[in-house]
Amino acid sequence: MRGDRRLFRGLDFSLAAGQLLRVEGANGAGKTSLLRLLAGLALPAAGEVRWAGQPIRRQREAYAQALLYLGHLGGLKEELTAAENLAIEADLAGTSGVDGARIADALAGWGLARQARLPLRVLSAGQRRRAALARLQLTPARLWILDEPFNALDVDAVAQLGRLIETHLAGGGLAVVTSHMDLPIAPAQLQSLRLS
Amino acid sequence: MVTARHRADAVTGLVFFVVVASLFPLGVGSEPRLLREIGPGVVWVAALLASLLSLPRLFVADHADGTLEQLLLRPHPLPLLALAKVAGHWLTTGLPLVLVSPLLGLQYGLDGPAIMVLLLSLLVGTPVLSLLGAVGAALALGLRGSGVLTALIVLPLNAPLLIFGSGVVQQQMAGMPVQGLFSLLGALLVAGLVTVPFALGQAMRIACE
Repeated sequence: MRGDRRLFRGLDFSLAAGQLLRVEGANGAGKTSLLRLLAGLALPAAGEVRWAGQPIRRQREAYAQALLYLGHLGGLKEELTAAENLAIEADLAGTSGVDGARIADALAGWGLARQARLPLRVLSAGQRRRAALARLQLTPARLWILDEPFNALDVDAVAQLGRLIETHLAGGGLAVVTSHMDLPIAPAQLQSLRLS
Repeated sequence: MVTARHRADAVTGLVFFVVVASLFPLGVGSEPRLLREIGPGVVWVAALLASLLSLPRLFVADHADGTLEQLLLRPHPLPLLALAKVAGHWLTTGLPLVLVSPLLGLQYGLDGPAIMVLLLSLLVGTPVLSLLGAVGAALALGLRGSGVLTALIVLPLNAPLLIFGSGVVQQQMAGMPVQGLFSLLGALLVAGLVTVPFALGQAMRIACE
């Protein structure tokens, strides 16, 4: 429910390792709300979300470690630099082995080598989005929930993100993605959910 | 765990504190006895208002740029994260007030022991201001006019603290024992530390729903 509106009901699906769920629907259909439900940021009015057979509200911390959620809002502090944001992020996520070199590599991979030490505030929307996407390379999370991750990206970056998701899936990861565009993913791994 | 803030407006609260406390002698005249009497109360009210001023900063920016919801997705216990946020707030807002308070005490003509008690009362009390203030800020998050709403929630909540805090200094100045009131202040702090993180965690979760 969002406000007094019932957004969707009767949703029943499951996602296995290596699969991608693509959520489609018009604006306002509830795609973001669904993703937030899956991430555990919102509670469903009825029904439940399960991870590895257990409801997520019973395993908040384990689920948090397995999950990476990238929402509309960047989730990064704009006073800090891209490198600092990623370092704090890795720290808070309890991820070990993420040092300055790996962060620098990840950022360089997204074309942000020179911008890594600038406060995010001075970067463009596309650059900030790419800095946020660098998290994907630094996280051990198995489930990626990405809300409109292709927004504000140019053609090259879109292809790069597509490859990154494919690699993730090939390694046994799962992903839930909303997007207006076609995704460069092999159909066999793709599940589609259309909200209306 | 506390996010570093590269901001200069931690100083704003401190400046506000000093300015407000310095305005009173201008307004009420500089008769030493009067100033000494109102000193503790004025410093405490100034601390309360300065703390209130800095509360929106605690959550509003994080809510707006999505870092608050990311915080909720951390594998750490929610109350612990909430406590860390409050601790960060106190270190940047409350602690400077405590350190500056002796100067204000001097301005109001308080003697050494009274200044000591003032400082200690603020040392115990400003964390409570941060704790209760955080609850108010989190509850008002995302609502229109949230600054005023936060004030409306926080000011009454802090009334006992204000009474005990300035009261303990006045007791000392009157030559009466202060252990009782200090114990009450300490009790407020402990009660706050034990209950607020859980409430705050829930409030943060509700704000991001």
